[in-house]
Amino acid sequence: MDFSLTPEEEAFKKGVNDWLDENMKDLPDWYVRNDGSGPEPESDEYQEFNLEWHKKLYKAGFVGIAWPKEYGGRGATLMEQVIFNEEMAERRAPSGAGGLGVGWAGPTIIAAGTEEQKKRFLPKILSGEENWCQAFSEPEAGSDLANIQTRAVEDGDYYVINGQKVWTTMGMRADWAILLARTDFNPDIPKHRGISYFLLDMHAPGVTIRPLREMTGEALFGETFLDDVRIHKSLMVGEKNKGWYISMGTLEFERSNSNSAIGYLTTISNLIELAREMKRNGQPLSKDPVVRQKIAQFYIEANVAKYIGLRALTRQLRGQTPGPESSVGSLLIMELGQRLQDYAMSLQGPYSRLVRDSKHAIKNGSWQRSFLSSRGNTIMTGTSEIKKNIIAQRTLGLPRWV
Amino acid sequence: MNFELDEEQIMLKTSTRDFLEKECPKELVREMLEDEKGYSPELWKKMADLGWLGLSFPEEYGGADFTFLDLAVLMEECGRALVPGPLIPTIVLVGHTILAAGTEQQKQDILPRMINGELILTLAFMESNGSLEASGITVTAAPSGDNYIINGTKLFVPDAQVADYLLCVTRTTDGEDKENGISLFLVDAKTNGIDIEVLKTMTGEKLCEVTFNNVSVPGQNMLGELDKGWPIVQRMLNEAAVAESAWMTGGARWALETSIDYAKERIAFSRPIGSFQAIQHKLADMALEVEGATSIMYYAAWAISENHPDIPIAASMAKAWCGETYKHATYDGVQIHGGIGFTWDHDMHLYFKKAKASEVSFGDVDYHREIVAQLLDM
Repeated sequence: MDFSLTPEEEAFKKGVNDWLDENMKDLPDWYVRNDGSGPEPESDEYQEFNLEWHKKLYKAGFVGIAWPKEYGGRGATLMEQVIFNEEMAERRAPSGAGGLGVGWAGPTIIAAGTEEQKKRFLPKILSGEENWCQAFSEPEAGSDLANIQTRAVEDGDYYVINGQKVWTTMGMRADWAILLARTDFNPDIPKHRGISYFLLDMHAPGVTIRPLREMTGEALFGETFLDDVRIHKSLMVGEKNKGWYISMGTLEFERSNSNSAIGYLTTISNLIELAREMKRNGQPLSKDPVVRQKIAQFYIEANVAKYIGLRALTRQLRGQTPGPESSVGSLLIMELGQRLQDYAMSLQGPYSRLVRDSKHAIKNGSWQRSFLSSRGNTIMTGTSEIKKNIIAQRTLGLPRWV
Repeated sequence: MNFELDEEQIMLKTSTRDFLEKECPKELVREMLEDEKGYSPELWKKMADLGWLGLSFPEEYGGADFTFLDLAVLMEECGRALVPGPLIPTIVLVGHTILAAGTEQQKQDILPRMINGELILTLAFMESNGSLEASGITVTAAPSGDNYIINGTKLFVPDAQVADYLLCVTRTTDGEDKENGISLFLVDAKTNGIDIEVLKTMTGEKLCEVTFNNVSVPGQNMLGELDKGWPIVQRMLNEAAVAESAWMTGGARWALETSIDYAKERIAFSRPIGSFQAIQHKLADMALEVEGATSIMYYAAWAISENHPDIPIAASMAKAWCGETYKHATYDGVQIHGGIGFTWDHDMHLYFKKAKASEVSFGDVDYHREIVAQLLDM
């Protein structure tokens, strides 16, 4: 057991921090103040801010750092990627605009794409020139993803796509999508064996996207309608009917949990600050024994998540298959994030009813916003219930219901 | 970055488990519940011969010079096997404290004989006020020539009935600052004036009331300096919390694994109950807690091994998390087993009761959460 970094890793960490010291000086006041006075996260202004930051990261070689050098990456080690993520989380640096492209589409193309696909797509993902979204879920295929009905029928050198997608993350701003569609219509084969993986041009004829307004009032997601959309065969990723396995593989690209946990430690500091500011009967809430118990428990849970994440990372660094700690880690992370946000509402008492742009709203209602978003935590990367099924059946070896 | 046990530690874990499965079966554990001594001298001798008692002590005293993390691995397996007797009191509460704060003479006198299994040691700390704070210490030690005279009553003293030495935490000065004026004495348990009464406990473990009535102790038996004993106690409490956390993690994992096995075998409504989501989700929650316990406990044990500044907060986080984990795992363990889980015959209640006892040893969950809050400057 050894938590120390090698001299090379220490040097890398210092390089990241020096760069952040230099470049975070230029961040706008509203970002530094973190008091809710900045633009709304979905607004054009915020997106532009994110893209500007992304370009800086890109120029400094900090986007897709673990990608191979020949495709514009840094060829960094997994450990360096983790150090980078952790430093970014700890310093509360903006995340940049890479999102799904860097986190999901790119790694999939690297792992399963053709040379041509790699050359065509990877550089523009890194530079932020092209935005990506994900078109997997459908109205009848959420947790039961293998039930997708969108059809891709061969027509010469093309596939013709018809169907509807939902929960298309960042769809309205996307240039390209990773898409799952059915290519084998035999009703007698298991559902997940007839699915293929495509790269879809969101500007192609027949693609319509409609914003889907969420409970936050904003629309981060969209509904995508595909009417006779033609996708060239060269844009299929991997083999025909093997899309399910490719998509399951890319789920494993979910980053190490240790940096999510470190992000939560920052949120907990903000929670402590809030508890110090809020007073009840003239006494700061941070002195209330019940509040102290609650916040200490969050801190403990975030650390437990961090160290679960570091055990998972150790296995990954050794090239071993994920152990039980990986599956439980993401469950804890998602549930914890939600509990933290719920408690931030409690601490505000009646002020929790006020939202952005209201007089008297604490931090301009930003906790209220993150509270509403957090209800999606336990749904979007697999519901907590599905995660528990997976832990029970794959990790603990309990029998499936048949 | 490497946060897993190394090969040697995995070997230690495996060999400990194999040994205990053979030498510490549940028949022995149950027999010891009724036994007057509460531990098996034969098993104790074997553990000494294997080098367990001296695992974390320097070679010069007959130890093996392993780390606290290695000891945590051993404690985890002992917790899984419910090894009866004062392992943590002898090794961690008193042995390590002598090593950390004792004079060379004290170390030479006691440690080699403790390590070879000759001496059993225990800690006389808590009193009827149940406090873990310095303000709770009221048993007095007053100077008299070259000796000190101890008076008062200690409570919840583990295994005093078989101990050769008691490490007694006393008050030698009573001023405004309660943390000043604490002194520690190694007291020969056979000294005149010591009265030991074994209390009846839910687990069957031996907890004692120890009364000191004008007990005379030579001044050279003082551990550390006069009035300056509290930091020694604090250091010990951190180690105790982590050793107990390791013990709890081992027990919680037993409860989880035993419940998984049962859920796979037990048929109800024509199918294994482990195929029901109600059971699967309970087990998934247990697995999360147990993996969490393993992670935070090993981190805390590593911090102690490295004398890392995180020791106090890591120890409190581990004790708080493991306290909940062991309890939940055995509560749900009983529930998943249904009627059989409620019987005396099934072993689950042994773990269930140990979980409740461990939960309050060296500070309960709320106590350690409050320490975490203090360390976060709240």
